[in-house]
Amino acid sequence: MCLAVPGKIVSMSGDDPWARTAKVSFGGAIKDVSLAFLPDVNVDDYVIVHAGFALSQIDEKEALLIFEDLSKLAAGLDGDGESPA
Amino acid sequence: MKFIDEYRDPVAAQRWLAAIHGLVTRPWTLMEVCGGQTHAILKYGIDELLPREVTLLHGPGCPVCVTPLEKIDRALALASRPNVIFCSFGDMLRVPGTDRDLLAVKAAGGDVRIVYSPLDALKVALENPDKQVVFFAVGFETTAPGNAMAVYQARRAGLENFSVLVSHVLVPPALEAILGSPSCRVQGFLAAGHVCAVMGYTEYLPIAARYKVPIVVTGFEPLDLLQGIYLSVKQLEEGRAEVENQYSRVVTKQGNRQAQSIVTEVFGIVDRAWRGIGVIPGSGLGLRDAYAGFDAERRFDLSEVGPRPEPAECIAGLVLQGLKKPHECDAFGRRCTPEHPLGATMVSSEGACAAYYRHRRVAAGQEGAR
Ligand code: SF4
Repeated sequence: MCLAVPGKIVSMSGDDPWARTAKVSFGGAIKDVSLAFLPDVNVDDYVIVHAGFALSQIDEKEALLIFEDLSKLAAGLDGDGESPA
Repeated sequence: MKFIDEYRDPVAAQRWLAAIHGLVTRPWTLMEVCGGQTHAILKYGIDELLPREVTLLHGPGCPVCVTPLEKIDRALALASRPNVIFCSFGDMLRVPGTDRDLLAVKAAGGDVRIVYSPLDALKVALENPDKQVVFFAVGFETTAPGNAMAVYQARRAGLENFSVLVSHVLVPPALEAILGSPSCRVQGFLAAGHVCAVMGYTEYLPIAARYKVPIVVTGFEPLDLLQGIYLSVKQLEEGRAEVENQYSRVVTKQGNRQAQSIVTEVFGIVDRAWRGIGVIPGSGLGLRDAYAGFDAERRFDLSEVGPRPEPAECIAGLVLQGLKKPHECDAFGRRCTPEHPLGATMVSSEGACAAYYRHRRVAAGQEGAR
């Protein structure tokens, strides 16, 4: 039930901060999403959406960390001369 | 899709797996808290690819599974009333009450509607002023802000035909209940990323310190889960017990303040019963007095629905606490299947029993699934 999916904001409307909405694209499928909890997002930002509400803006820099960590790890393992697995 | 596909890359997954294999020297038992994580772990077979030493237990983080039988029976009673439109997330419709489910009520002529968002239920109320609209407000911290917002807006708009049947639960008290049990086997937690997207993770700091367990905030894609497991095992091997954030692209330490503030405005902390587990003190959210008029349990007389015993052979409570695996239940795959569920953990795709049945298909009584 806590399923929440990433989507891209394609347009926004409304001024009342409690009632601001966005059209969010989930791989092409567009849904109306409340921005009540994310006052500072903009068009083209990626957000995590749950039950019609955007809960969090995806941090694009942090999103790459998992791959950087993996590269560092691989370098470290190789450096130790250990074969993984 | 961006932010999904790259986290399912099989080559990177193999490399994370190799890293975990290279790290483990002793047996460790971890619990993933959220049912969404359980579902992904079983779907991608992650538990079978891990070193033998690493055991994953499946936690209580499925709101469908832990909503008490009595609450389901109340939902059924409300949905059966002729002047009521009962709105619910779709995954609650097949949860067995004492003698039927919401789908059966719908088939018998009850006006039961599936909504995607609590705001859709508000819309139904606006469009049907001569009916009472009741929304089944279930969920963890992830779902609480949206449900709180629906109640807040109903009050602001002076809507008199909208109310909510509340069964909200909170993760940290459940973790403490699991850790406090003398039979607890959990040595580290993968915390539920989307719960933390709302709440942040400061609440977990005292738990990690008190019980000396690593807690790693973890996402839902295969690479997220593998990195979460890697970080937990690394802490255990090194004798550390800290809170770490694997899911930093979505979760910040403080969480979403706006979302937290609407939850605090509308809801207060209450004791809450968990299906199969029992009452956990301070583990739920209930409407504050200012919003009591929107409480379906006050608006409608439900005295006909009393406490109900669980089906005796269902051990879902033990499954939810990581004390038993689904296939250790005698009914699993025989008298209990997703088509004919005895317990809620067999209904929801996030329930451990249903996840085992769908993805592992362990035959009844057969050992072997770790
Ligand atoms: S298999 Fe069915 S009866 Fe057994 S614990 Fe799971 S839900 Fe309950």
